[in-house]
Amino acid sequence: MTAPLRMSRRRFTFAAAGVAGFALLAACGGDSGAGETDGLEGDIIVDGSSTVFPITMAAAEEFSIMHNGVRVSVGVSGTGGGFKKFAAGETDISDASRPIKPSEIEAVTAAGLDFIEIPVAYDGLTVVVNPENDWVDCLTVDELKKMWEPAAQGEVTNWNQIRDSFPDMPLDLFAPGVDSGTFDYFTEAVVGEAQSSRGDFQASEDDNVLVTGVAGSRSAIGYFGLSYYVENTDKVKAVPIDSGNGTCVEPSFATVADGSYQPLSRPIFIYVRKDAAERSEVDAFVKYYLSSEFTPLISSPEVGYVQLSSELYAALTQRFADRVTGTLWPNGAEVGASLDRYMQ
Amino acid sequence: MSEDTQTVGRSEPIFKASMQWRRIKAHFFVVLGLLSVLLGVVTLLVLLADVIIQSTGWLDWQFFTSFDSRFPERAGIKAALFGTLYMMFFTMLLAVPIGVMSAIYLEEYAGDNWFTQFIQVNIANLAGVPSIVYGLLGLQVFVRWMEMGRSVLAGSCTMALLILPIIIVASREAIRAVPPSMREASFALGASKWETVRHHVLPYALPGMLTGAILAAARAIGETAPLITIGALTFVPFLPEHPLDRFTVLPIQIFNWVSRAQSEFHELAAAGIIVLLVVLIALNSVAIYLRQRLRTKY
Repeated sequence: MTAPLRMSRRRFTFAAAGVAGFALLAACGGDSGAGETDGLEGDIIVDGSSTVFPITMAAAEEFSIMHNGVRVSVGVSGTGGGFKKFAAGETDISDASRPIKPSEIEAVTAAGLDFIEIPVAYDGLTVVVNPENDWVDCLTVDELKKMWEPAAQGEVTNWNQIRDSFPDMPLDLFAPGVDSGTFDYFTEAVVGEAQSSRGDFQASEDDNVLVTGVAGSRSAIGYFGLSYYVENTDKVKAVPIDSGNGTCVEPSFATVADGSYQPLSRPIFIYVRKDAAERSEVDAFVKYYLSSEFTPLISSPEVGYVQLSSELYAALTQRFADRVTGTLWPNGAEVGASLDRYMQ
Repeated sequence: MSEDTQTVGRSEPIFKASMQWRRIKAHFFVVLGLLSVLLGVVTLLVLLADVIIQSTGWLDWQFFTSFDSRFPERAGIKAALFGTLYMMFFTMLLAVPIGVMSAIYLEEYAGDNWFTQFIQVNIANLAGVPSIVYGLLGLQVFVRWMEMGRSVLAGSCTMALLILPIIIVASREAIRAVPPSMREASFALGASKWETVRHHVLPYALPGMLTGAILAAARAIGETAPLITIGALTFVPFLPEHPLDRFTVLPIQIFNWVSRAQSEFHELAAAGIIVLLVVLIALNSVAIYLRQRLRTKY
């Protein structure tokens, strides 16, 4: 009788020690975080597009340093997934790499909510080829269309089908997955209809995979966001784009900012729930997001997007302060659209 | 052997006494087995070497004491590490008692009828359900219906469901390994069923149960899919203050770093992988140690 009892006690000590260890860690987790605050307190929940994530994360990081009582968390559910949570009232701000769709507006309105739409930056979609590709120095939108339209599937498989002067090389295509906002916008801008694309390309939701793919094949071509190109200039080469007027424009922060890189520049957004904006911490966070203190960081290499003009940020701040709701994109994303509409 | 002797009497024996060929076959099998073993080990070593090389210089104290940042040199895994530990604490708190009690009931009390068999088949099937399905269930039941939100507790409940079948199966094995003579001896001395279970079956089965629980925990720590589904967050610059607070975990943090544009974050991800591997290896070692040290001698 005694032997198993003694053994069991020792075993229970093991288990108890383990539990105590976990409890201690859990308790540590609970204790920290509180402390001196500057009066601004509360939780801000952001979710949505992975494209906008680096910007919102940078804003959250900087804002948390200034106001340690405010806890901003950022999720990555994708633009569509973010709007679902937004309509369910689960988030305060939704990151979006495209304007809100009519069906999503319906869901938000049906839940008795309203939103304030704020463009926060530009992203330039970059068409890239392998550095050893010595035949492409510029592509027109028509040539891109020839390459990517649905009719090209199984038909256009060689570089010499794009332009007669191109060599006889197989066309290796790389593009973001069909769920991404980048794919939506590229197809809209190049083919003329969102989601309309050939299907026989290598797709990945992870832009790093696309970089590796294009870097690994001499005859490859692909597209993704400017920030991934800027970080990988040693592995891939950007192709200047001719929007149809005969001038080839190289993608860069400057050409995206001044609007000359067309049609592959697009605005990206945050959507703020109107009732959440009444909370002082959300109000302060959005105002900081648009302030001259933060917006220059958007173009820093760590974030990698193109900031809007300071006049536009001022107008957007005023628009937010006036709580102007609704979208200015009733027909969805528009190619080459100006953001001047927010200035009035 | 018996087959050999049987064929002797036949007109055309299947057995041919070509010793050399049989030796070659025997050697071939050894080589094949060795190659199979090496394939796994070499893959693991290559992966480990790659991760260790990539993470060089990133695994410092600051890495453990910082939240995520857009500057790789300032970024750390504090939130993810605490989130993982915090979630696992509640997961084990829920799953182990329920799993062990289920196992005791099924092994010691339940009669052998259609209902018990129905439960047993279900548990076996649950152990094979893909983890993403548990995530969808957790999202609907815990996050939405029970209104836990995207919290540590919702994550723990989902993970507890995920590992419950593993714990039940392991605990039942451990209980079954206790010889019936132990129980009979206890009954013969007048002990009740509960006294027998409490004082004899449980102490002897405990090492096996603990091993099962630890291996189940190791499985849960590495899971990402169900947590992404229930909405564990990506950037969380604070520690969860209570069980209903928002959180992130190691695999999600690693996944996020891998998909960033800056290559430094890919090295940070490697550092995160090392931390995750160390936690997993530590847990597995504890399981092996317990199994060896507390191996019951009847």
